[in-house]
Amino acid sequence: MSAETPRAVHGRAPDVFRSGGWIPMKDYAQQEPVDFAIVGAGAGGATLACKLAESGFSVVVFDAGPFWRPLDDFASDEQEQQKLYWTDERITAGDDPIALGGNNSGRGVGGSTIHFSMISLRFRPEWFKCRSQLGYGVDWPLSYAEIEPYYREAEQALKISGPVDYPWGPPRGRYPYREHEMNASGLVLARGAERLGIGWASTPLATVSAPAGKSPPCVYRGFCNFGCSTNAKQSALVAWIPRAIRAGAEVRDLAMVGRIEMGAHGRASGVHYHRAGRWQFQAARNVVLAGYAIETPRLLLNSATAQHPQGLANSSGLVGTHLTTHAGPGVWASFDEEIRWYKGPPNMAVSEHWNYVDHGKDFHGGYAFMSQGPLPRAWSQVLTTSRYLWGDALRREMMKYNHMAGLVPVAETEPRPQNRVELADELDQYGLRIPRVVFSYSENDRRLQRHAVDFMSRMLIAAGGRDLWHSEDTSHILGTCRMGDDPSASVVDSDGRCWDIPNLWICDGSLFPTCGGVNPSLTIQALACRIADRMGTLAQRGEL
Amino acid sequence: MKSDYTGYDVLEKWNTPSFDHTTRAVLTARLHAIPQRRFFTEAEWNLLEAIVARLLPQPERADPIPVTPWIDEQLATGRGEGFRHDNMPAMPAAWRAGLASIDAESHRRCALPFVALAPSAADAVLRAIAANDVAAALWPTVPAQRFFIDILLKTAAAIYYSHPDAWSEIGFGGPASPRGYVRLGFDERDSWEGKERR
Repeated sequence: MSAETPRAVHGRAPDVFRSGGWIPMKDYAQQEPVDFAIVGAGAGGATLACKLAESGFSVVVFDAGPFWRPLDDFASDEQEQQKLYWTDERITAGDDPIALGGNNSGRGVGGSTIHFSMISLRFRPEWFKCRSQLGYGVDWPLSYAEIEPYYREAEQALKISGPVDYPWGPPRGRYPYREHEMNASGLVLARGAERLGIGWASTPLATVSAPAGKSPPCVYRGFCNFGCSTNAKQSALVAWIPRAIRAGAEVRDLAMVGRIEMGAHGRASGVHYHRAGRWQFQAARNVVLAGYAIETPRLLLNSATAQHPQGLANSSGLVGTHLTTHAGPGVWASFDEEIRWYKGPPNMAVSEHWNYVDHGKDFHGGYAFMSQGPLPRAWSQVLTTSRYLWGDALRREMMKYNHMAGLVPVAETEPRPQNRVELADELDQYGLRIPRVVFSYSENDRRLQRHAVDFMSRMLIAAGGRDLWHSEDTSHILGTCRMGDDPSASVVDSDGRCWDIPNLWICDGSLFPTCGGVNPSLTIQALACRIADRMGTLAQRGEL
Repeated sequence: MKSDYTGYDVLEKWNTPSFDHTTRAVLTARLHAIPQRRFFTEAEWNLLEAIVARLLPQPERADPIPVTPWIDEQLATGRGEGFRHDNMPAMPAAWRAGLASIDAESHRRCALPFVALAPSAADAVLRAIAANDVAAALWPTVPAQRFFIDILLKTAAAIYYSHPDAWSEIGFGGPASPRGYVRLGFDERDSWEGKERR
């Protein structure tokens, strides 16, 4: 099922909604500068490409991976679908090295939204000013009021299926689509929450509960983290890319951008990319990096020139620093009932209780936690790496698969300069220096996780669970090119524009000054919608 | 090992709406196109077979789920997880070094090559390695516990639990496109899911 030959060529692109189908696509000349060259077609880049193209800008968006047709290319199989991940070599280091690869990466048009869990939560409003209002972290250069309309826009575009009344945060309209029927794994969370007297909700999810355009309703097949073969999931590949192409954007798949070219007057002039076996160049009036929080700083660092010896946009020395992740210590328990957690989206129930309660905590920050639904391959890897089970002990424990349930938080970590992406000396298949990711938890990060493990354990016991144990993991990588108001303390401004290079922009999870206690994809897409609007406004003023 | 789902076979759904063409093609290859040895030497292959027989013992199966051929295939084609710890060499070197160290540990503890060990002695050697109770000098290239748990065991378990026989054994629904599932609640089961017999 290899798709390692570019498909989006000669004025057409794969039709994601039709087996073997094609749709017409613009074909921009390489020498003629386009308005925007966007590097990365995931939650940030695909959303931005769509919005900019719909505003009339000429846009080419590059992705290092393939342009999938989910109906043809996605098997119901964990092993086969490992092809969705970024598996180029990376080095992980620090006291608490982060598992990379499948855990927090995507390679392909749509990026990691192809295999994300579809959890679509807004940030708590105070998190945008968490230093001034909650006394920790760092303030964003934006307020909740400024981003709220874009949360609404993203939720509408993705037809988020969620409850009529979401229990946390300021009042908002109902979600576009009704919530999904809850699976048993989610009902465990609900039962525990009710017995402990805290709130829970049906998780707002980016998979449709009724038909939307060409997407059929979710059939609860449960392979969401391995690509949706029916297109119920509103990945960037399904939700934004067809719109972008229809509006005149060009997508170049299997196109690895290796260097940003600097031209006259301290402005970027285009990007060098490797496609179809050779290096090519696309001229552009603006370059936007949307490669996520490892590849974006890596590209800036790998684009160093004599004038920018420490990498582009890096006069502050902050490119790659202040990396955050979400800690995800899991608690697991056996139940008398059959749960069969392979059915339905993996995280159907959520509690944001500890994101919105500030008392009774011995730590700063928050965490949401969700019900779980690992498939057998992934589950066996949790058992082997957490409990060191092998032999008959492993096979016996795996036999309990249908009676297991668990809770995993999306737990905030502190932005700290020593947690970072840097370049190793080793070269990859393109001749580019590979990234080295360094991460260690702070004392606060550890206290927060202890709290989460204690609380989730109480909840699973309250729900009727027994034989509890816990695992460790992380999800998402954020914050390596943070936005801010002060050029000496941030890489970009509140529009994602680099302080050092006025036509170089960033639009992905690297922007996050803090990571909050929720999954980032909805916030990335809301930011992209806002940045597109701001670019339009700046263009009208002649300030691009 | 006795399954709680005796009589349930995921593959009986092959021609039902739970299987689509794409999945059938992938599983046909997994079941019938078992890779030949390309990466490991014959001695390394035999050593790995002996280790895998302890990690995932399948005495009840006439036709055990193959694991070693798929590890070899991953290494021959250079497909990895996408990251390595900074105290680890690249995957091909890590595997060769790790296997050599396991055999050296066997010689130190039992004065025998690993392939010659009785099951209980083999398990004792592996238990010691999993607990990092090793002679450091025999592990010059890879850390013992990290190689055993995060590379060898994690990879072997993933391959075993990617096989339809393993899915049937634990009562997993298996492939589910386009039909999916209808009954999602406690103790609820669609007719095309395995029935637990306890």
